[in-house]
Amino acid sequence: MGKQSAAIAGFTEWAPERIPETPMFPMEAAAQLAAEVIADAGFEKDEVDGLLVGNPLMESPMFAPSALAEYLGVGCNFGEVVDLGGATGCGMVWRAAAAIEVGVCETALVLCPMPMPPMPPATQGGPGPMRMPAYLGGDVWGSPQALYDIPSGLAAATPSFAMAASRYMAHWGVAPETLAKVAVQQRHNASGNPKAIFRDKPITIEDVLASRIVADPLHLLEIVMPCFGGAALLVTSAERAARGPNRPVRVSGYGERITHRNLTWAPDMLDTPVRAAAERAFRMAGTHREAMDLASMYDCYTITILLTIEDAGFCPKGQGGAFIEEHDLRFDGGDWPLNTHGGQLGMGQAGTAGGLSHVVDVVQQIQGRAGERQLPKADLAYANGTGGMLAEQVALILEGA
Amino acid sequence: MGLRKSEDGRPLPIPTPLAAPFFEAAAEGRLLIPHCPRDGWFFYPRSRCPTCLGDDWDWREASGQGEVHAFTVDRVGHDPALAADIPYAVAVVELAEGPRMPARIVGCGVDDVRVGMPVEAHYEDIEGITLVRFAPREN
Repeated sequence: MGKQSAAIAGFTEWAPERIPETPMFPMEAAAQLAAEVIADAGFEKDEVDGLLVGNPLMESPMFAPSALAEYLGVGCNFGEVVDLGGATGCGMVWRAAAAIEVGVCETALVLCPMPMPPMPPATQGGPGPMRMPAYLGGDVWGSPQALYDIPSGLAAATPSFAMAASRYMAHWGVAPETLAKVAVQQRHNASGNPKAIFRDKPITIEDVLASRIVADPLHLLEIVMPCFGGAALLVTSAERAARGPNRPVRVSGYGERITHRNLTWAPDMLDTPVRAAAERAFRMAGTHREAMDLASMYDCYTITILLTIEDAGFCPKGQGGAFIEEHDLRFDGGDWPLNTHGGQLGMGQAGTAGGLSHVVDVVQQIQGRAGERQLPKADLAYANGTGGMLAEQVALILEGA
Repeated sequence: MGLRKSEDGRPLPIPTPLAAPFFEAAAEGRLLIPHCPRDGWFFYPRSRCPTCLGDDWDWREASGQGEVHAFTVDRVGHDPALAADIPYAVAVVELAEGPRMPARIVGCGVDDVRVGMPVEAHYEDIEGITLVRFAPREN
């Protein structure tokens, strides 16, 4: 195994919700997540000397780490705001680990507060369900999105992933039933996760294919449900983690790759940046694909799973469909357990906390805290995050100490 | 905001100085694309070639021919400002010269669009700006 020396010592995660009963400011949520994750890891608050938060922090779009340091009363030796969309959670984990490894800080909080924020008193109407802005920040003068993509009718994320799926189907070929199987088995895994929004709502391949097409060829049930929620990790030195109550989860390998923003400008929309990220992570950890006890892959859409299985090197390019057909992805008896928490397709996508849910999934399994979905053996795992339009990807190898 | 709205609320581009020649040529029914002396054609227009970062590229007229590299049909109106148009087909078109660009597919039914379909540029004038669309072409 690799020489990397940081470990995840604790986690906390909130059940994703469409419309929570009580609105909450993100910094209030960050404080609650911080208190919960410090307690879970068995740490004292004064030991924390690093803070990482996902972009954006509503109350402080500028100076986010310092705003959080002030709010939490934490003096930081390392403060970071990470802006990698769905890869933010995984990106925060390796940044925290690297900062600890080089000795910049010893104990860092990874915070993904995604609560439903209150509306100012003068605003018409109350808070509504989580919605991403249609233009995803691209409606700024000078942005290529504003000049070319948006006027062409290309907005939001779903149509871009749908285009990747259409290209894949034409170039390599995959049956709609195969993509539907991903959604079905993730939904099955959600049945073992008390926090999953689609717990106890099993679906069949026929259900997926009968759900309406939102953007060809993607059906409604192949698309994540945006939610509110929150999640956090405590990352520290392996030495310090060993003195905590939980089995330390070492961050044994990591890699990151970023190539474009909108899918339109991808160098190759079927050969995603996760290839380079995963290659680096596996090399750093000194392990190989076949050694993984489980994988937890970012699943904003079914097509994301297909491309990630291939590009992370679990099967050759073009054979992801056959791989999905040949393997059982379920936690209970599956030969290749994937997203045992139900994935975001089964659990709900609480912004950057959704990306972090894949790390939390693995941490729960390795620490033996996955409850009814606990795998018999979970010592070594692959996790990743996908941000933007298959654009910015981070891969992690996580290992029980 | 980096967009202006048409009278019926559609998002329209506001050309930057650097991108202006592309939009001015489109208004004349021509597809003008940056060309680097070392690395060839690229799109979208950037201050420097994305391969070599050289700034000595020039504008060249492309054939306007290409094929559908990937597409989708928006059936729900991901951009509420374009909800009146659904269902519509939007594609990444690979130009014969190599670069890819996003464009609405016009001139055929949304269910007739295919990956690999040969297309050619069409030009749609909307309130003082010209948008490049693509329509099926005979092989």
